[in-house]
Amino acid sequence: MKYLHLVVTGVTGLLLIFGSLGMPNTGDPESPASLHVSPRYIEQGYSETNSQNMVTAVLADYRSFDTFGETVVIFTAGLAVILILRTRGDED
Amino acid sequence: MIAIQQSIVVKTVCRILVPFIQMFGLYVIMHGHSSPGGGFPGGVILGSSFILLSLAYGIEAVKRRFSLAALTVLTSFGVFLYAAIGVLCLFFGGNFLDYGVLPIAEPRVIGSLGIEIGVGITVMAVMVSIFHDLITFE
Repeated sequence: MKYLHLVVTGVTGLLLIFGSLGMPNTGDPESPASLHVSPRYIEQGYSETNSQNMVTAVLADYRSFDTFGETVVIFTAGLAVILILRTRGDED
Repeated sequence: MIAIQQSIVVKTVCRILVPFIQMFGLYVIMHGHSSPGGGFPGGVILGSSFILLSLAYGIEAVKRRFSLAALTVLTSFGVFLYAAIGVLCLFFGGNFLDYGVLPIAEPRVIGSLGIEIGVGITVMAVMVSIFHDLITFE
């Protein structure tokens, strides 16, 4: 019973290492991530978005829903700090 | 509350640096389309210039020029600008945030620039607002 944590941690670690063996190599052009939407972003990004910057083309155009969510997250964080910390009448 | 008077060296250096920092922040926002940058880093740079001013001159001096009420309005205005551009695209017959349908020259560039400006305003206002609230909390 004393070594149960060790066994659980070891087995979990071995499982994770075993799982990582099946992952594609870094930068592998044949990996699923490189074959799904990336070619379209690279080949047609400029003609579809008129943006020379590929990062901006994805961030502000293809995935602008995601960026909208990020902005709302920041807005909510600011709102939470205002609600918790701001005391009344400090506008004096 | 920061009530400590900073030395004249700190004050002068901050006063000289702040316009350059703000120029750079605006540049990062406006050039996000063609160079590394965009609304998030540009907003953080703009916000940090106001935080630098607060550290050198005290919270009250900055609050006189840039009130907390204005900051709160700006916080919401950035998100509103983003959503308004998205809804505007709906009115012109596209999908939400589909800038291509806007009846202006280079709609995709202007649309992306508009949302980057919205993001920059929100990030800047939230940074300064959180800083003010943490500093003035008793």
